[in-house]
Amino acid sequence: MDLTVGPNQFFWSAETWAAFYTDLAQSLVDRVVVGELVCSKRLPFYQDRIPETISRLVEAGKEVALTSLALVTLKRERKLTADLAAMGVMVEINDLTALAHLPENCAFAVGPLVNVYNEGTLKWLAAQGARRICLPPELPIASVKALTQVASDLGVAVEVWGHGRLPLAISGRCYHARLHGRSKDNCQFACEDDPDGLDVLTGDGKPFMAMNGVQTLSDSYACTDHQIDLLRQAGVSALRLSPQSDGFLKLCKLYRQRLDGDLPRGDLERSLRTADPNVRLSDGFLTGSHGAEWSGESGARSAAS
Amino acid sequence: MVMEIVCPAGTPAALRAAVKAGAHTVYCGFNDETNARNFPGLNFDRAEMRAGIAFAHDHGAKVLVAINTFPRAGSEAIWKRAVADAEICGADAVILADLGLLDYAARSHPGLRRHLSVQAAAANADIINFYAETFGVKRVVLPRVLSVPEIAGINSETEVETEVFVFGGLCVMAEGRCSLSSYATGLSPNMNGVCSPASHVEYQNDQGALNARLGGYLIHHVERNEPAPYPTLCKGCFSAGEKTGHLFEDPVSLNAERLIPQLQKAGVTALKIEGRQRSKSYVAQVVRYFRAAVDALDAGQPMPEGMLARLSEGQAMTTGAYKKTWR
Amino acid sequence: MSDPQNPIPQCPVVMATALRFVPLAPLSVSLTAFSRKITRKHPDLFNRLGEYSRVAFVLDPTDLPVVVLLEPNGGAPRIRLCRRRVAGAARISGPLAALLGLVHGAFDGDALFFSRDLVIEGDTAAALALRNAIDDAELDLAHEAAALSGPLARPFEQLIAFVELRTGLCLTRPEDAVQW
Repeated sequence: MDLTVGPNQFFWSAETWAAFYTDLAQSLVDRVVVGELVCSKRLPFYQDRIPETISRLVEAGKEVALTSLALVTLKRERKLTADLAAMGVMVEINDLTALAHLPENCAFAVGPLVNVYNEGTLKWLAAQGARRICLPPELPIASVKALTQVASDLGVAVEVWGHGRLPLAISGRCYHARLHGRSKDNCQFACEDDPDGLDVLTGDGKPFMAMNGVQTLSDSYACTDHQIDLLRQAGVSALRLSPQSDGFLKLCKLYRQRLDGDLPRGDLERSLRTADPNVRLSDGFLTGSHGAEWSGESGARSAAS
Repeated sequence: MVMEIVCPAGTPAALRAAVKAGAHTVYCGFNDETNARNFPGLNFDRAEMRAGIAFAHDHGAKVLVAINTFPRAGSEAIWKRAVADAEICGADAVILADLGLLDYAARSHPGLRRHLSVQAAAANADIINFYAETFGVKRVVLPRVLSVPEIAGINSETEVETEVFVFGGLCVMAEGRCSLSSYATGLSPNMNGVCSPASHVEYQNDQGALNARLGGYLIHHVERNEPAPYPTLCKGCFSAGEKTGHLFEDPVSLNAERLIPQLQKAGVTALKIEGRQRSKSYVAQVVRYFRAAVDALDAGQPMPEGMLARLSEGQAMTTGAYKKTWR
Repeated sequence: MSDPQNPIPQCPVVMATALRFVPLAPLSVSLTAFSRKITRKHPDLFNRLGEYSRVAFVLDPTDLPVVVLLEPNGGAPRIRLCRRRVAGAARISGPLAALLGLVHGAFDGDALFFSRDLVIEGDTAAALALRNAIDDAELDLAHEAAALSGPLARPFEQLIAFVELRTGLCLTRPEDAVQW
C-alpha cells in the first residue's frame, strides 16, 4: 500500500507551510496533495509558494495533485476552481464544481469530500476520468470492500482515510469568526491561532469536535493501525495521512514501517501514545458502531470512552 | 406567476392536510433508508404512496418523491427500485442527490422528472448547469449556505428552476456533506436518512432541568422554564477556548417569510417548507400561512403578519444564510 | 411554558379527585376493549409502529393521579390504568389536554416538546413512532366511543360537546381548526 498525504486542512503561515512541504519531500510518502481545501481567504497568503513546492515534490519523486476547495460558492472561488487544471498537475476534486471545469478526457482524482458511497457513483466518476478515489471517511469496511472490487476492474485506485482528525462537515459559516464575535468577511483570520483546529468540548467537558474556520473536524485522530491488514485484504491501494503541525514526519515513518511489516499491529498506537500520552484516537467508522469508537488496546483512554 | 409552495408530508394524513391547506406541491418519501427523513413511524409504503399521489392529483396538487440518501454499496437495487416505484405510483418528480442514482434515473427512467436534492449541496451556477446538462435536472433545491444576492446570481446564470427553504429546521452545515451524526451515533443523513437519531437520544430530568444526550454526548442542558430544542449536534451547547454556548448555531429554526418578495425578485420558482417529521397539524398551519403569503404577494397585497413562532424549535427563528451577516 | 394567549387547559379537579377513588380494573377492561375496537378500524396504526408494536408505553397525564400503560401487543392492544409508577420502554408525560390534543391532531408534538408541555423519557424512537402512528391514524376518540353506544350515540355526543366546552379538553377531532 502507498501513502498519500492529503491537503493541509488548517491555516498555517506561508513559512510554516513551505517548510512542511520541504521536509515532506524527503519523507517516505508516495503522493502529496497540496492546495487550499477549506477556505479561499487563506490562499493568498501562500499561493505564490505553490508552484515552487510542486516542483520540489515532483523532483523528489512524489506524485503531486492539487486540491479544489471543499465548498465553492463565490465568483472568485469559481474562477480559482476553473484555473486548477492549468497548473499542470492532476486535480483532486473535493467539490463537484471542479468537475464542471475540467477539460474533456482529463484524468483526475476524487477527494474524501465527494460523496462516493456506491458502485454506480464510482463507475460514473471513472467514466468521466477519475483515476484515484479517496473514499469518504464515514464508509464502513463492507462498503470499502464492495467499492474496491468495482474500482480495480475499472483501473481506479482506492484510497482510505488513514490518519488524522476527520473532516466531518463544511459550512457557509465560519465558526472561528463566530467564536470571536466577527463576521466571516471580517474574520481577521482567527483560525490561524489553531494550527490543528480548536478543541470543542461538550457541556460536561468531554472532547468532541474541533473547529477549523468553516470546517468541523473530529476531536479524535483517526488511526488505522488496527485495520491495515483488513484494508490491504480489501484491495485498498493507499492510506491518506492528514497533515498535522507536530510530529508529522515521524507519523509518516511509522505508517511506512507498519505497511512494510516492520511494525506489528498495536505498535503504531503505542508509539503515538508514547509521544503524546493524551492523544485521542478513533477508528469506529471502518469497523465500529460509530465514528468516535476506538478498537485499540488502550480503549480506556480513547475518544469513545 | 405565483410562487410554488412545496410542503412536507411524513404520513398520508399529513399529505391530505397539506393539499387541503393549499399546498401546490407535496414532497414525501418511502418508508425506508432511501429518504433523508427515515424516522420511526414516518413515511409511505407503496400503496400509501400511490393513494397519496392520486389524492393530490385529484385536488390539483403535485407530489415529489424524495430519494435523497446515498445508496449503500452492494444494495443499490433498493434505491433503484424506489425510483422505478415512484414513477409507477405517478410521482411528478423524484428528488435525488447521488451521482450514480441520477445517472440511473436519467438513463432508465428518462420520462420521470428529476430534481436535485439539497443533499447534493450544489451551491453555484457552474455545478447546477453541469447537473442539468449531464442528467437533465430540471430543478435544484439550493443549499442553505447562500445569501439572497447569491441566489439571484445563480438564477441569472441558469435555466434550471430553483427551490429554496423558507421555513423549518435549519442545517448549519452544507447538507449531504456532514457526518457529525455518524461520528457520534453511527447513523448519518447520507447513509441512513437520519441526523441525530431519536434512537440515540437520551433525555434526563435533572431536578426540573432537561439534559439531552446524543450517543452519550451532552448536547443540551435547559432549565425548567427554557424552551427545549431538538438534540441536534450542530445546535448543541459546547465550549471552545474561553467561550461556552451555541458555537455552531443557536437552537433556532429558519423563517424567511419576510424575504419572500426578495426571493421572488431573485428568480426563485418554489418555496420549500421543512418538516416531514412534523405533525399534520403543523403542516396544515404552516402551509395555510405561506400559501396566503404568496397569494397576497401575487395580488400585490400586503403579506399577512407572522404567527409561527410557537411552532419553531427553541421557539426562536432566524433568516439564516439568506442574510450575509449570518456567516 | 405554553402560549399565555392560549394556555393548555388543566384537567378539572373533580375528575382528578374521582380517579383517586374509582376502582381502576373495570376501567382498564373497558379501555382495552375500546382500544381493540379502534384497532380494527385503524390497522395501519400498528403497521406504522413497526418494531415498536411490541413495547410498552407509559402515558402520564400529569394532572391526573393515574398513568396509562399502553401495550400495542402487535395489534391486540392492552390498556391498564395504574396509580403507582410503572415501567415502560418510553414514557410520555404532559397535561391530559396536551395528550388528547395530540391524539386528535389539534396540537403538534414537536411544538409541545419545544414548549416543555410534553416530556419524553426512555426510548425516544419508540415515543416518536407512537406519535407519528397516532398522527396518521386521524383518530376521534369521542366519535369512536359514541359509535359504541348504539342508540345512545346522539346524547353521548351532546354530552361530549358539553364536557369539551366546560373543560377545554380536546375530545374530538377539530375540523381543520388547528389550535396552538
